[in-house]
Amino acid sequence: MKSKNLAFYIMTIPAFALFFTFHTFPALEGIFYSFTNWDGIAPSFKLVGFKNYFNLFHDQDVLNAYLFTFKFAIVTTLIVNALSLLIAMGLNAKIKCKNFFRGVYFLPNVLGSLIVGYIFNYIFSNILPQMFGKLGIQALSTNILGNEHYAWIGIVIVTVWQSVALNTILYLSGLQTIPADLYEASNLDGAGKWKEFWYITFPMIAPFFTINMVLAMKNFLMVFDQVISMTNGGPGKATTSISLLIYQNGFSGNEFAYQSANAVIYLIVIMIISFTQIKFLQKREIDM
Amino acid sequence: MTTRKINWGITLLIALGSLFIFFPLYIAIAIAMKNPQEMAKSVLAFPTHFHWSNFTHAIQMTHFFQAAQNSLYITALSVIFTILTNSLVGYAVARNLHRKLFKGLYYYFVSALFVPFPIIMLPIVKETSAFGLDNPNGLIFLYIVYGLSFNVFLYVGYIRSIPKELEEAAIVDGCSTWGVFWRVIFPLLAPINATVAILTALWAWNDFLLPLIVLDKPESATLPLVQYVFQSQFSINYNYAFASYLLALAPMVIVYIFAQKWIINGVTKGAIK
Repeated sequence: MKSKNLAFYIMTIPAFALFFTFHTFPALEGIFYSFTNWDGIAPSFKLVGFKNYFNLFHDQDVLNAYLFTFKFAIVTTLIVNALSLLIAMGLNAKIKCKNFFRGVYFLPNVLGSLIVGYIFNYIFSNILPQMFGKLGIQALSTNILGNEHYAWIGIVIVTVWQSVALNTILYLSGLQTIPADLYEASNLDGAGKWKEFWYITFPMIAPFFTINMVLAMKNFLMVFDQVISMTNGGPGKATTSISLLIYQNGFSGNEFAYQSANAVIYLIVIMIISFTQIKFLQKREIDM
Repeated sequence: MTTRKINWGITLLIALGSLFIFFPLYIAIAIAMKNPQEMAKSVLAFPTHFHWSNFTHAIQMTHFFQAAQNSLYITALSVIFTILTNSLVGYAVARNLHRKLFKGLYYYFVSALFVPFPIIMLPIVKETSAFGLDNPNGLIFLYIVYGLSFNVFLYVGYIRSIPKELEEAAIVDGCSTWGVFWRVIFPLLAPINATVAILTALWAWNDFLLPLIVLDKPESATLPLVQYVFQSQFSINYNYAFASYLLALAPMVIVYIFAQKWIINGVTKGAIK
């Protein structure tokens, strides 16, 4: 029995030590630096208490980044989940070339998001304006990525294009766990398609809905690659996400400590949102 | 049975929807094959001549083979070591979940999924350079360690569904805990190992942020990083840029075309657990 326990400890302790050293410790360090005035380079620094935190709340760039990131994450989460549920139901129906289409719809997920961003960047800046220009639709014949009010929509589109892939496959695996006789029973009872969806399909895939909503929201709150390849945070600072702001100003703007404080707030926000979502959505699962 | 009939309406909608996926890819291929004069005539038209020289230029500009080699090296080693080590941790945790210590460890790893990367981003750069890990090997190491969060979650879920009797029989036959793991459990993990391998490979191959902040020398850049570094030079010639994008995307797409069913099943299996 003893050697068995020893073996289990040997299996886990190194992993714990490494994870602590390279994940938890840097996180704690980040929290510590958030109470200093370190620029990341200077040999010495002072503790400044909550000063960085107070300043964050007055910083227009920070507020803008939160506003953009939230707007983006909420809209993208909703669109991605609605679309992927729809596509998953389509792919789960009796259709021709089912495996081929499954392959196609998952394809965007194997492509790197930075490069996908570059391709869409070109589409938005050159192809779409040209197409709409020829069609005579003047309102859409300019590059929306260059417009500070609409650039975020471009980032929503590229992110949706890519993220629908994974969520579709996850919903599809959820749909396949629903026993066919449930539908046969509802058919006999004369339930319409719409009722069938709300009373059978949707409740049955509730756990998948929870996991997809939480993961999607969390990922979109951390958006980085798409922004850097589509707009690099511009025009002005209109599409600077929180991650991008921490990266840009933390590394090269002498704001190491200040952006660490921003990262701490960001951590708290993501934790609160994720756990509220899990609590709320799981309660729904049980109620069904 | 009405369900046996092929639903042509939905087939049509799904087919139309897939055009949205093909369109950007068609654009990328078309531009990569044209020259600026052809582009000026029409961006959308299919190329009349294939300008393969765009690819030669892109390969030279970005040192493609070097970057591809780096990406392959990082991805392959990350996948191999992730499977060998993370499954072991998952096993130890799964079989001891009734004990406070291991249960705590489980929640410790899994809750780290919700820690946004930017909070460790600034300190980890200092740490990796202090440890001499600001190179491809360090990057592999980080993928293995950071992968623990999600992989332990997957492995624990899967291992708990494996009956314990198998292990007990092996122990009666004189197997040590290590023997049980490598001889009995590890072979049974094949489906979930495949899932972890696929997810790790996609992550390590496509990741941009971690190489961006960790890698120190230009010659160790990965494929996505190279696209970023050369972006300013590409802006002169879109044809070279798109040739370079295609070259960077192609390896994964080719793997995907051949292992498509396997990859989708792998991802699905990870999700159901």
